[in-house]
Amino acid sequence: MKSSTFPIGGIHPHEWKFAAESPIEDFPLPEEAAVSMAQHLGAPAEPVVAKGDKVLVGQVIGRATSFVSAPVHSPFSGTVKAVEPRADIAGNMVMHVVITVEGDEWLPEIDRTPDVPMEVRFSAEEIIAKIKDAGIVGLGGAAFPTHIKLSPQKKAECLIINGTECEPCLSSDDRIMREYPRQIIMGARLMMRALGTDTCYIGIEENKPEAIRALGDAAAYWPGLQVVVLRKKYPQGGEKQLIDAIIHRRVPSLGLPIDTGAVVQNVGTALAVYEAVQKNKPLIDNVFTLTGPTLEVHRNFRVRVGTPYSKILAFAGNLPDGPCKLISGGPLMGKAIANIEATTLKASSSLLIITGDMVPRNQEMTCIRCGKCVEACPMGLEPYLLNRLCRAGGRQDELEKERIYDCIECGCCQFTCPSYIPLLDMIRTGTAEVMKIMRSRPKK
Amino acid sequence: MDKLTISHSPHVHGRFSTRSLMKDVLIALVPAVIMAVAFYGWAALKLLVISVAGCVAIEYLIGRFLLKSPGSISDLSAVVTGVLLALNLPSSAPWWIPLVGAVLAIGVAKMTFGGIGQNLYNPALVARVFLLISFPVIMTNWTLTEPLVSCTIPWLQGQVDAFTGATPLGLVSEGLKSGIAVPEIMQQGQFTWQQLLLVSLGGSMGEVSSLALLLGFVYLLFRRVIRPTIPVVVVATVAVLTLIFSLINPARFTGPVFNIFTGGLLLGAIFMATDYVTSPMSFKGQVIYAVGIGAISVFIRYFGSYPEGVSFSILIMNSAVPLLNKYCKPRRFAGEVRNG
Repeated sequence: MKSSTFPIGGIHPHEWKFAAESPIEDFPLPEEAAVSMAQHLGAPAEPVVAKGDKVLVGQVIGRATSFVSAPVHSPFSGTVKAVEPRADIAGNMVMHVVITVEGDEWLPEIDRTPDVPMEVRFSAEEIIAKIKDAGIVGLGGAAFPTHIKLSPQKKAECLIINGTECEPCLSSDDRIMREYPRQIIMGARLMMRALGTDTCYIGIEENKPEAIRALGDAAAYWPGLQVVVLRKKYPQGGEKQLIDAIIHRRVPSLGLPIDTGAVVQNVGTALAVYEAVQKNKPLIDNVFTLTGPTLEVHRNFRVRVGTPYSKILAFAGNLPDGPCKLISGGPLMGKAIANIEATTLKASSSLLIITGDMVPRNQEMTCIRCGKCVEACPMGLEPYLLNRLCRAGGRQDELEKERIYDCIECGCCQFTCPSYIPLLDMIRTGTAEVMKIMRSRPKK
Repeated sequence: MDKLTISHSPHVHGRFSTRSLMKDVLIALVPAVIMAVAFYGWAALKLLVISVAGCVAIEYLIGRFLLKSPGSISDLSAVVTGVLLALNLPSSAPWWIPLVGAVLAIGVAKMTFGGIGQNLYNPALVARVFLLISFPVIMTNWTLTEPLVSCTIPWLQGQVDAFTGATPLGLVSEGLKSGIAVPEIMQQGQFTWQQLLLVSLGGSMGEVSSLALLLGFVYLLFRRVIRPTIPVVVVATVAVLTLIFSLINPARFTGPVFNIFTGGLLLGAIFMATDYVTSPMSFKGQVIYAVGIGAISVFIRYFGSYPEGVSFSILIMNSAVPLLNKYCKPRRFAGEVRNG
């Protein structure tokens, strides 16, 4: 197999895949859980349970309210303690269903046997309906409802399964590829049926040889599925970069992946699709890495949605004195956690703990125009210039001409900047302003 | 754990810092510095120390008393400028020359524009060209100073004996003026491959050894401090142009090998033209910039009144950098914009 990669920019951060050899363990059930109704971008779900209701695992507790929305199912059995706004990881108040956990009783229709049914028994419409009802969202991070991505406006030519896991530290995708290869392949086949395509590429970076072998073996039984080994480079897992690396087509500016004929889904999503369609199991848990570059504990857990971060943090062992940074997601694109009593979401993939010298940002210095940000940008932008225009203020027309809206917020520029300039912070604020102006224009 | 720090992503940073990059440039300059001190002796070391101390002192004093800002000397960029300035001087220069140079490089070319990152022209080269024009006799006095290593190597001994007080490029220039054809000058000069690649005496302190400069280049590439684009394109441009000219008229024009390994071409292409602040950002810009440097160097060497042209050509192309940055955009990811 010849390995390929995306051609523009990119960086090579430390891998720090300390948790890669830790098998997946079931995370103990908390006494109390709070399930957010805002699991993804788009409209939040509407609670359909009230205080005092008894719930079972897999029962619907939040109903989808619009097109870009997915229902929420109870990950626990017990009693609804409250339906109230609570702070999420960033401190924003979001409607939560708070459940006092009692036992672990599942809805009877969920198949919890270890069988792996490998035949596709449903039509495309049935598969998409089951995915929609199971509340599946993209587990690669953006948490976009999967049924919408599987109903593109153009005919899909191929499905791309994203097993790159290019962010440092994270190992959950690597673990599920090693431990559930047949299930992932089955999930991919179901999505191929849903999209009406007979081609599927599974992109995995070469630093995960066991995952490559496992999925390669599992895929070999079925026509149309092919594992593509990719050279290690961040942000390979970015949708646009992955499509470019595998089918050598570029998503146009302001366009969608389907403009290239490809639909990209994460390996975690493929596993969730398998569970939903073949086992009737809605999306109530996911595999989660607890790690940190300076930590001694590196584990992978199957964590139910709605588990408080503080419970997971308790497994990290003793943390050093001084400030820490807790991150949900990877070190390059993850979100810092401001509230450790917040709970996990469907698309949460890790609790990453950063301590010591890496916590504070370094003092910003003058730009020395080294051009390293231009070299690193996978979208071919000029971060130093965007930074300057954003700081100047009122230069939105120039920012638009410089295609600031192409930024995928991967952070390569800021990672590589020798002057520690917060390039991405500036670009984010600029993008928000430019997008506001662009949206306010009448459509042609 | 007592406090949570929050910030936007990214939460990790790569290994580069301005200081680490400058430190790597200094390490890359070590072979050239060793060669200079070995073959020009204590005189070279003296100039080097005065130059570095002068540059750092001027930057510190201006920062402290004029700008009243926290000092920028810890980023080591003034040290780099000091070393480069010294390597651009003849070892016979008096002690005050690097001091004047430091005032020009740091005081005039760098700090008046706002310090690191703001200057339009390469500080060390501004100083060198200014000194060359103001003190032409001192700056072209190639009298050999006492070396640290004894010149017992036979081909080197020959070089010292044959030394007539001019650089190889100077010899060619003089020879052509008195009507001697290039092949004859080459024969008189007895230029050997050892001289071109290993040790060449007479000339600026940094021009002793092409090999030492190339070693530094490999180190800079290995540490990813610079990309190969600018040096390679400069040298390639010089090679192509001199090849064409020397084929058309071998009696009048020197060939590629001679031009690449003599004078300040390698020093300029590797260490001066690649200065971050004064070179373009995008690949396309860097190629145009480097072609310009190579071409102007060749034309000055062939047709100008100075035998050397690299310093001037880099400064000329420095002034084109803002325009190159404006018009040479990097290759965007997506060529087309959907829906206009």
